[in-house]
Amino acid sequence: MRRALRAAALALAVACGGLALWSAAAGGRRAPSPPPPRATSATVAGLAERGRGLYATTCAICHGEDLRGVRGRGPSLIGAGAAAVDFYLATGRMPIEDPTDEPLRAEPQYGRRDIDALVAYVGSFGGPAIPRVDPAAGDVARGKESFTENCAGCHQVVGRGGIVTGALVPAVTDIPPRQLGEAVRVGPYLMPVFDEKRLPAAELDDVAAYLRYASDPDDRGGWGIGNIGPVPEGLVTWLIAGLALLGVVRLLGERAR
Amino acid sequence: MSRDVDAVEWVDERLGAGRFVRRAMRYVFPEHWSFLLGEVALYAFVFLILSGTFLALFFSPDISSREIYSGPFRELAGFEVTPAFRSTAALSSTVPGGLLMRQAHHWAANVFVAAMVMHLMRVFFTGAFRRPREVIWVLGVMLLGLGIFEGFAGYSLPDDLISGMGLAIAYSVAMSLPLIGGPLAGALWGGEYPGSGVIESRLFIAHVFIVPAVMAGLIALHLALVARHHHTQFRGRGRREDNTVGNPMWPAYALRSLGLMCLVMAVIVALAALVQINPIWQWGPYELNRSSNGAQPDWYLGWLIGALRLTPGVEVRIGDLTLIPNPFWGGALFPMVVFGVALLYPFAERRLARDHRPHHLLDRPRDHPWRTAFGVAFLGWVVLVFYAGSADRVFFELGFSYEGQILVYRWLVLLVPATLFVATKKACDELRRSGARPGRGGPPVSVIRRPDGGFDAVPPTLDAGEELSPRRGP
Amino acid sequence: MRAGWLAFVLGALRALVGGTAPPDARADEAHADPRRYDARPHPRAELAVAALLVLGGLLWLAFAVLIIVHADTQLLGIALAGGLACVGAALALASKRLVPQEVDVEHRDPVPPVVDAALTREVHSAGEGISRRRVLAGAAGVAGCGLVGALVAPLTALGPNLDGAPNRTPWRRGRHLVDTKGKRLRAADIAVGSFYNVLPEGDPRALEELGAPIVVVRVEPATLDLPPGRADWAPDGILAFSQICTHAGCAVSLFRYPVDEETSKPPALVCPCHYSTFDVRRAAKPVFGPAVRPLPQLPLAVDGDGFLVASGPLAGSVGPSWAGVRRAEDLR
Repeated sequence: MRRALRAAALALAVACGGLALWSAAAGGRRAPSPPPPRATSATVAGLAERGRGLYATTCAICHGEDLRGVRGRGPSLIGAGAAAVDFYLATGRMPIEDPTDEPLRAEPQYGRRDIDALVAYVGSFGGPAIPRVDPAAGDVARGKESFTENCAGCHQVVGRGGIVTGALVPAVTDIPPRQLGEAVRVGPYLMPVFDEKRLPAAELDDVAAYLRYASDPDDRGGWGIGNIGPVPEGLVTWLIAGLALLGVVRLLGERAR
Repeated sequence: MSRDVDAVEWVDERLGAGRFVRRAMRYVFPEHWSFLLGEVALYAFVFLILSGTFLALFFSPDISSREIYSGPFRELAGFEVTPAFRSTAALSSTVPGGLLMRQAHHWAANVFVAAMVMHLMRVFFTGAFRRPREVIWVLGVMLLGLGIFEGFAGYSLPDDLISGMGLAIAYSVAMSLPLIGGPLAGALWGGEYPGSGVIESRLFIAHVFIVPAVMAGLIALHLALVARHHHTQFRGRGRREDNTVGNPMWPAYALRSLGLMCLVMAVIVALAALVQINPIWQWGPYELNRSSNGAQPDWYLGWLIGALRLTPGVEVRIGDLTLIPNPFWGGALFPMVVFGVALLYPFAERRLARDHRPHHLLDRPRDHPWRTAFGVAFLGWVVLVFYAGSADRVFFELGFSYEGQILVYRWLVLLVPATLFVATKKACDELRRSGARPGRGGPPVSVIRRPDGGFDAVPPTLDAGEELSPRRGP
Repeated sequence: MRAGWLAFVLGALRALVGGTAPPDARADEAHADPRRYDARPHPRAELAVAALLVLGGLLWLAFAVLIIVHADTQLLGIALAGGLACVGAALALASKRLVPQEVDVEHRDPVPPVVDAALTREVHSAGEGISRRRVLAGAAGVAGCGLVGALVAPLTALGPNLDGAPNRTPWRRGRHLVDTKGKRLRAADIAVGSFYNVLPEGDPRALEELGAPIVVVRVEPATLDLPPGRADWAPDGILAFSQICTHAGCAVSLFRYPVDEETSKPPALVCPCHYSTFDVRRAAKPVFGPAVRPLPQLPLAVDGDGFLVASGPLAGSVGPSWAGVRRAEDLR
């Protein structure tokens, strides 16, 4: 329902000049960040210039002209990094109509070119770069172990998503490896941060390999009913087995006369 | 012909039970489809014994040692697992037919408890528990409780992530029992959770021997008493308090019941073939410091997780001594109240309705509005708590905030039963007044012949039913 | 054969949809004679039953063959369930068509009190002539109590008792924190907004003790609101708590940390079982859900090489609450 409302209000949101661009890192939240991505070549510089223009017309209202954020509307983007900008824009989580809503995956509001421009511009203020994630280099079982330990508490052990008090936790089985890496490094919304020290690149590849497996896990038992365990199992018990057995006894038993 | 007789004679000569068997064959089963629900539960139990025996041949009830998993599940390669987990994974992969049996056993457990609940509802709302059948009812409620415990013990055995989380909660609930909690939990687990692993072999012996044996005994007693008093029956043509009208056991009923057994098992096995249940290779093994979002118990314990989640953070303590820890309210007191009410209901109704006569003819739910309203309200209360146990999935699927839901449910558990009670009572009274028969095509009419030879349809008079009905509730 | 099936299905549908008269009671009806007997032959049903039985048997044979040559769960299950369904349908059809259809009346024996007077006399006759009833009853009571005691006493071998167990923890002053792979944690490596699953260094039983698993999180030091006396327990905003929920013993494995607290929620640890939520900045005080006690905090320090080290034991009893077991220090 909230998703539908948000979609309906999106035109308005864009007309108002775009809204909050959330960062992964409010200033100082992060350990010392790596230097901004190589912004030396002329094309990148041009891209960043284009990004500055886009930023001023759409993002600045919540994140401030100077990227330092606006209290109650949006956090500072200094040190947010290219990873955060790419993640929020490419998954359609930003711009958002009401900054107190949880940003959820939606149709992206910008084309790839605009996103690249904003990534170049905001990324030039420091913060994590877009990580390279390669599921093919990872190991499914090691990834499962890592995912179980680090991610399953919120995202469910097969990555089907869940909740935490105060927020929905999205399913993570069908997201591109690049967005997975960005979310891990950035910690969007209420998600904690997993930097290189916490989750080395090789382990991230393992997790990506596991999630690729988890999007189509070994359902040798038959229909997987969502791979989330007893709740759908109970529904099947009552709605399929229960009704089938009621039908059977209705057929076999006679009515009183 | 002659050969049949010969065989029968041969057996009868050696058993000398001819008279008893003849009486048993003429035993009359009243006809109504809802009377078969108890049989569904019985046959699910039979299936559980059969499939469980197969599983026990392969399962190792041991969580006290670790080994590196090296079976066919590539997603588990290199995991440290216990023999319990390893053998369950083997049952799911290398043992031929093992996964089918595992899934069938698990589905059968879910179906078994569901069938018991449906049977219990039928018995309750038709007043079949009344004198002289109070003991049958009590045995049935005990079977339901044992069935739930048996199911819990069963899904706790494989030592997968979800079963481990369930055991941690069970330990906490055991410890929360006033006075005896700490010593009891320590005794069962062999010290502080997770203990030395003795809980696994204790749960195993309970699951495969003690509880099934007790249940089999109670089922035998339950059925023996049913047969002693004969079945209850609805009112109808030729049906009186002092007789039973229906199909004799032999041959039609026996065949039909065997057919039902096959069909119940067919439904269970079909589910096992097509719908995956408890894929432990996806959950992975349990460790003390691991947990998963959305982990839930099997449906028949959903009402307890609901109660645990709904309870506000309240404990009773004096200084640094906790008298009643929080899990007691939802995990122990709530089921005690539910089962206590269920066990005592027949005796309470007898007293409150001052109805001490034996009853063999059943009520329709509307015939006894107080009972029906109470049953619906009570059931609604339990179902609401059960539903609250999945509030996290509701948040995930529909977006209603979890915290908001919990706050709302805390009020609803008070409001909904009251509303249901009043609404059901009104509905029953209305049905009795109008004589309408929902789902059966309009109110009944009596057709009378006019003196001129034509016919008239007239609404039936209520007095006949009134006169036969038992005294109303309190 | 098909006709037999059809008849069965149609009859069944009629029973489902149409139904017969409800059990409306009429006084005169109760004394009518309901007996019926019908043994008409149904040759087509006989064929249908035979066919179903053969089909069921073949499916079961297929199950037996499959389990040897190709034990695929779905195929096996379909064969077994199909066989059960066929034979079940055959038996049901046989019961409704092949064998005589009979409605009979059985007399219901009246249950006591008709017989109980005699029975009661018989039972009580055992006590005739006994003069010291009370003495005997008391003596029997003593025997009964002794028997119960003798039966229950062996149960005390279970255990051991839990005295003080909730206060036990392998954490001591100077014990290093390691991640689940055994690597020491460097304080400077821990980013603000991240969490670590931690165990005590060199403890082979770390995953068999409730008091061992720890979760380490880092928040902005300026936002800390720790109780008095704990000012130096969280160097650089690094906090450590027992990972075992104080409500029902699950592993607290959810850490929410906001990008922008103004528009979302403050940092908290959350248990996935019943969603108890603990405010880490106020020493894991429960702020939502059924938990009553905070997660016990582990005081931290940084050693000379920059590694995280415990500067004392856990503050408070570990794990779920205990009825009747005394707890160590506790905070509200």
